[in-house]
Amino acid sequence: MRKLIMLCSCFMLIVLAGCSQPPKPSNKIILWHWMTDRNDTFQKLAQQYKQETGIEVTIQLFAPSDSYSQKVIAAAQANVLPDIYGVLDKKSIVADFIKAGLVADLTDAMQADGASWESSLFDKALADKRFDAGNSYGVKPGIYGVPIDVTNEQMVYNKKLLAKAGIATPPRTYEEFIKDAQALKRVGITPFVSGWGELWLLDCFASNYAFNIMGEEKIFATYRGQVKYTDSDWIKVFNVFAELRNKGVLIDGIVTKGNKYAEQDFALERAAFAFNGSWSVNVYHDMNPSLDYGVIPPPPVSTLHPLKIWGSAGSTFVVNAGSPNKDKAIAFLKWLTTKEQQVVLAQETNNLPSNKEALSVISPILEEFAKGMDQSTHPNIWPLNEDPSVSEAFDKGIQDIIIGEKTQEQVAQDVQKVKDFQMAKGNH
Amino acid sequence: MNRKVKGAAIFKDNLQNFFFVVPALAIFCIFYIYPFYKMINLSFYDWRGIGPMYFIGLQNYKELASDHLWWDSMWHAGYITLIALTFQNALAFALALACDREIRLKRFYRMVFFIPPVLSEIVVGFIWNWILNPQMQNGQYIGLLNHLLYSSGFPQLVHNWLGDPHTALTTIAIVHSWKGFGWGFIMLLAGLQTIDRQFYEAAKVDGASAWKTFTNVTIPMMLPVILVVMILTILGSMQVFVLIIAMVNEGLVNHTDVPVTRIFSAMQNTNRFGYACAEVVIFGMILVCVSFIMKKLSDKAKQA
Repeated sequence: MRKLIMLCSCFMLIVLAGCSQPPKPSNKIILWHWMTDRNDTFQKLAQQYKQETGIEVTIQLFAPSDSYSQKVIAAAQANVLPDIYGVLDKKSIVADFIKAGLVADLTDAMQADGASWESSLFDKALADKRFDAGNSYGVKPGIYGVPIDVTNEQMVYNKKLLAKAGIATPPRTYEEFIKDAQALKRVGITPFVSGWGELWLLDCFASNYAFNIMGEEKIFATYRGQVKYTDSDWIKVFNVFAELRNKGVLIDGIVTKGNKYAEQDFALERAAFAFNGSWSVNVYHDMNPSLDYGVIPPPPVSTLHPLKIWGSAGSTFVVNAGSPNKDKAIAFLKWLTTKEQQVVLAQETNNLPSNKEALSVISPILEEFAKGMDQSTHPNIWPLNEDPSVSEAFDKGIQDIIIGEKTQEQVAQDVQKVKDFQMAKGNH
Repeated sequence: MNRKVKGAAIFKDNLQNFFFVVPALAIFCIFYIYPFYKMINLSFYDWRGIGPMYFIGLQNYKELASDHLWWDSMWHAGYITLIALTFQNALAFALALACDREIRLKRFYRMVFFIPPVLSEIVVGFIWNWILNPQMQNGQYIGLLNHLLYSSGFPQLVHNWLGDPHTALTTIAIVHSWKGFGWGFIMLLAGLQTIDRQFYEAAKVDGASAWKTFTNVTIPMMLPVILVVMILTILGSMQVFVLIIAMVNEGLVNHTDVPVTRIFSAMQNTNRFGYACAEVVIFGMILVCVSFIMKKLSDKAKQA
């Protein structure tokens, strides 16, 4: 009996000791990421870093990104986050992480040596995790993340299929796009594919046209509740999708299609145009190395305001503020974003580098994507964002229009109802 | 004195026994009771998963009561369950009956029927996505189903099965039934094999027809197994999730939403963890009620 009690007590002591043991600094850094396509390159770079510095970086992959997000949130709640990780969520959630003391402020490191690190990176990529003075999230101003690549979402077109339909140059306006789509249909080619079963991609496309139709001030005024979704400009945004449906531009089953399937459709030449991000260069290359395609921004429907595409940091790492290896983690990220490592990442993974100097080595197709960065914007750098429930109703409403279940006006009213409900709750 | 010694011995004995169950009890409390308590507790808060938590009392439940998307999703799960209960279990029973007889390749069929349940739901979703693909390339349907319908002279039946609100949920329910019928098949077959063959011989001697034998011997003897299969079907079908994500991603508008996808959406898309917990509590209560009703029915049937 005594032995049993002793055994249980020992067990409890070990458990309690394990729980309360403070982490000690070491020469080992742990990094969690979600990028399946970049894992091998990360592992290779980690090996190289160990040889150069003696610091061992353990790269741990948790995919897909949805599961990764949940894992990070659970680890944050249990206070067991690794030294380096990513917060793949809205800026408001990133702000919550910072306020909870889970993300280190990297401003000092970025601005050391005449801000050499900060100035080497794309400003728009840094803006993803930068909080300016007086930000609406109540976060201390500073830079909280290190972008390892940049990305933007544009339209890609298959040169061979366009030529087959007698189209010499890609469309520059929405009108031309619709005309080209008709020409493609006449020769039996599906004009357009995208993974709109994933709502964020649909939201991104709609947002591009909202910027083009009404300009950013009116969009933000809508988010503030000063303009209604039943406004004629929002109806025009919905009209874009109604027209795409009516003219038969969209591939069958687009509203339930995952982006992986959409990428496959474009790579296997089942559709002439696709709306996708710059990461797709790598994907298309893997699926069909001989695919001949080009990049254009979505063709604008109006000339009143510039059409803006989403573009920002592709993947950003943050450093755990509570990590005993914080400085080593920062040093590793600084090394990872120097020109040499960025060139390796860009060449091996076909992603746009976050380091400006590394742009000189990218492929011509990535260069086409890179040109779009000048007209890019992103929800993470906007002064305010729409309530997620309203965004969900908005995106689902567009799906309703595409499948022909609701009119643009009905959808506008439905979205406004959700907006009114959220405004009444004070979520704005 | 004697009583004191005896009492101490009993206490020591009880304590000893208690220590033996401590590990199991600790695991149960840590992994079941505490999360359960925490989830109920969180359902009274407005919380985004990280950062401050705001106590809002029953606000999440009040909102949930009038959330038509949530109740629609419950109906959708009910519809999938109904199809599983009827189509899936009828198929499983019919095949179990066939395999219970002395037929050729009996073992082979048993193995084949058990393949869908052992496949991952993601894999099943992907396979069926290809079968149901509505697209065309070079004048040919890419999806196997539409290709077969077209080439076998039924072009009018070619359809966008997952993209049409009228057929999407039924299609998912059928795929779910295809994936799940193997479990029912194995359980029902095991049940059929426990029936004493003498009952059938006696029925034969009495001149009972095949139908009479089925309704008066097989069904009554199989009732406990059938009820277990029904309870498992209900619980499994109400919680269908991965298959839906694999087949229609974030859903065909809200036509393919089920409670678990709504819970997931509340956590993942809108970061409303408190609301998601309230959904879990309500959904859990409904499942407990359904199981309780089924148990009562099962007891009654056994008595009858």
